[in-house]
Amino acid sequence: MEELANLFHGFAVALQPFNIMVMLLGIVLGVIIGVLPGLGGANGVAILLPLTFSMSPTSAIIMLSCIYWGALFGGAITSILFNIPGEPWSVATTFDGYPMAQQGKAGEALTAAFTSSFVGALFAVVMITLVAPLVASFALQFGPAEKFAVYFLAFCSFVGLSKEPPFKTVAAMMIGFALAAVGLDSITGQLRLTFGITELLNGFDFLIAVIGLFGIGEILLTMEEGLAFRGGNAKINLRVVIQTWKELPTYWMTSLRSCLIGCWMGITPAGATPASFMSYGIAKRVAKRGNNFGKGEIEGVVAPETAAHAAGTAALLPMLSLGVPGSPTAAVLLGGLLIWGLQPGPMLFVEQKEFVWGLIASMYLGNLVGLIVVLTCVPVFAAILRVPFSIIAPLILVLCAIGAYSVHSSTFDVVMMLVFGVLGYLLKKCNYPLAPLVLAIVLGDKAEEAFRQSLLGSQGSLGVFFSNALVSTIMVLGLIALFWSAIQEGYSRLRAAAA
Amino acid sequence: MFRSAYRSALITAFTAAAALGTSTIAASAAWEPVRPVEFIVPAGTGGGADQMARTIQGIVTKHNLMKQPLVVINKSGGAGGEGFLDVKASQNNPHKIIITLSNLFTTPLATGIPFNWKDLTPVAMLALDEFVLWVNAEKPYNNAKDFMDALKAASPGSIKMGGTGSKQEDQIITVALEKAAGAKFTYIPYKGGGEVAVQLVGNHVDSTVNNPIEAVAQWRGGKLKPLCVFDSKPMPYDEPIADGKAWKDIPTCKSQGLDIEYLMLRGIFMSPKATKDQVAYYVDLFNKVRATPDWQEFMKSGAFNTTFMTGDEYAKWVGDEEKRHQDLMKEAGFLAPSN
Repeated sequence: MEELANLFHGFAVALQPFNIMVMLLGIVLGVIIGVLPGLGGANGVAILLPLTFSMSPTSAIIMLSCIYWGALFGGAITSILFNIPGEPWSVATTFDGYPMAQQGKAGEALTAAFTSSFVGALFAVVMITLVAPLVASFALQFGPAEKFAVYFLAFCSFVGLSKEPPFKTVAAMMIGFALAAVGLDSITGQLRLTFGITELLNGFDFLIAVIGLFGIGEILLTMEEGLAFRGGNAKINLRVVIQTWKELPTYWMTSLRSCLIGCWMGITPAGATPASFMSYGIAKRVAKRGNNFGKGEIEGVVAPETAAHAAGTAALLPMLSLGVPGSPTAAVLLGGLLIWGLQPGPMLFVEQKEFVWGLIASMYLGNLVGLIVVLTCVPVFAAILRVPFSIIAPLILVLCAIGAYSVHSSTFDVVMMLVFGVLGYLLKKCNYPLAPLVLAIVLGDKAEEAFRQSLLGSQGSLGVFFSNALVSTIMVLGLIALFWSAIQEGYSRLRAAAA
Repeated sequence: MFRSAYRSALITAFTAAAALGTSTIAASAAWEPVRPVEFIVPAGTGGGADQMARTIQGIVTKHNLMKQPLVVINKSGGAGGEGFLDVKASQNNPHKIIITLSNLFTTPLATGIPFNWKDLTPVAMLALDEFVLWVNAEKPYNNAKDFMDALKAASPGSIKMGGTGSKQEDQIITVALEKAAGAKFTYIPYKGGGEVAVQLVGNHVDSTVNNPIEAVAQWRGGKLKPLCVFDSKPMPYDEPIADGKAWKDIPTCKSQGLDIEYLMLRGIFMSPKATKDQVAYYVDLFNKVRATPDWQEFMKSGAFNTTFMTGDEYAKWVGDEEKRHQDLMKEAGFLAPSN
């Protein structure tokens, strides 16, 4: 009950006119940041951080977290319209969102994405409100072995649940792992595969790869197919929103599952990207119309968006209560907390009640404001598709180039983006799936790091991955996911034999 | 409410002082930035160097200390090598400064990238970061001696030390501890200091040498306890943090029989071949930053050692420190084959 009283006090803080203004401003800035590929929530928040130093800490965190919500919403827009994920966690949204847009259903896809984002965030905030202290201690149980197990599960659920030929999936994933290995080896502190080229010190950034593989690759394909930009017949009025809303409740099961996956991944803290992939992978296998996934199925938009937003929101919990950021953006917010003179950690909830509950209240309000802002803009976004391809394609190219440049302020990255574009085009022509490659670039080095940290700790024994109930459960789930097809086949053969 | 009123009063008082100060300095300053200044951070967002750079950026903006904007850019690739090489390549561009940590020495030594701090122009030492030996509060060790005895008694490698990065400051201290005890740790590198502190709270490692700012929250929460500080004298901050203990109450490691001192440079360098006037401009700027109450608050929150140096004194200090790192890393076998 005390929590509820605190929460209402928090609403009073968040509803001050100045804070509402800050909230709106943050959402709009965030959406813009999310739309620009490459800029990213973390960079956006970092750039805008100094703006907030003259505000009170509560207003400042409300503004920055609203930028974060805005970026989470905005990431979906370019994924659906142009197949260019503005943020890592919206990669999975492109799988079904983009085909929907091509079929003239951009409005439906956007509405589904935004609404699911809101549902995911709301679920996570309610969880934070009710069980914050309990959940925080769960995160402490995650050492390197547990973290590796989570990444393992993400990879396995993707390979095992994919409908592509497994060898092509694994081959694409291996290319991703190889690319992820370039740069500094964080365990030995030595450079790997850089061949003395200083530009490669940083390795291949995920965002550059994604902008190239998806964005540029898609433009190349469209050019080959004759400069037609499909999806021009998208309905552009607000009725689309209402119609889509009528359809969405049928997917309550997918939503609930994605919320749970998202919260779990956000807290552990693995982050929004693996959450969105895992949620998509599982939905694809479990859903009734799973066979249609990848061809423009609305459920394929609901699953990753719900999970990504739930994870993005839940990621703030370990940051506040433990001082460990669950995402890069949360890491920058954490730096902000310290600059405002607040110390994240176990004592924050006790000593800074106004701040913490003001922030939690602003999560409710910020997401609601965000949903209203982006939904009213759905027709505008969908109308972009009516612009002729010959005009929009150069614009997209410029946008991609700016995005690639802004990741590390390096022109070398723009060249790399074009190279990845050609690679993406070739892989698509040969029917290799791009998603496993991307997944491996994003999570490859993290998984490697966790794996080697575990083995250092266990002095080389693989038993560490089965050393306690938590880690064993996750590993076994991963193995089941990996061999799901084989298990299913074996089961049906057994039944056939019995019959 | 009281706190913010007090703060704004301080700020008003300070801006008045700053306005007086700038009017006299403006007459003597021969060089000033004519376009935005890039402030390179050779580490990722959210880490110690990044926090300090962004605090400085915030102070500069809030108190209007520069006519041109100061833009923080993270170039963390190759353990910061990316940032150092970027500044090295910006000869005759006085609109670029860089904040350093120990990777100024350790990165070129461990990776063999073509860089030495002498390629850059030293500006000023802002502060030194302390290192503290931490253990989980549930463990029975009450002082550094207890812990070192346990290390000696345990089988080699069974006690785990968590730290930030590989072949960098945390691991250098670990090797020094091993040498002092004649025993072995298993060193496990993580990406950031905050993560290291939480791994210690979760008992996934047995000890850490976190900077104060990285572990203070967990200390206040009663999850960690500090054993000793790797400095020649105890830290000066006497505000109680946990259990009535303040930073001042942490004994030096030397007093505990561990003769190890290690402080990390938080200093500023600028692009090669900068003129005297250009260096003077930045030294003056950082003097103004240091005079703000915000900076002092930041120093206190991270229990920093506030030694400030410029000019030849600073260059000499960096030179000595480089020599020391070379010796320490050579001894530990951390040097890249080409060095």
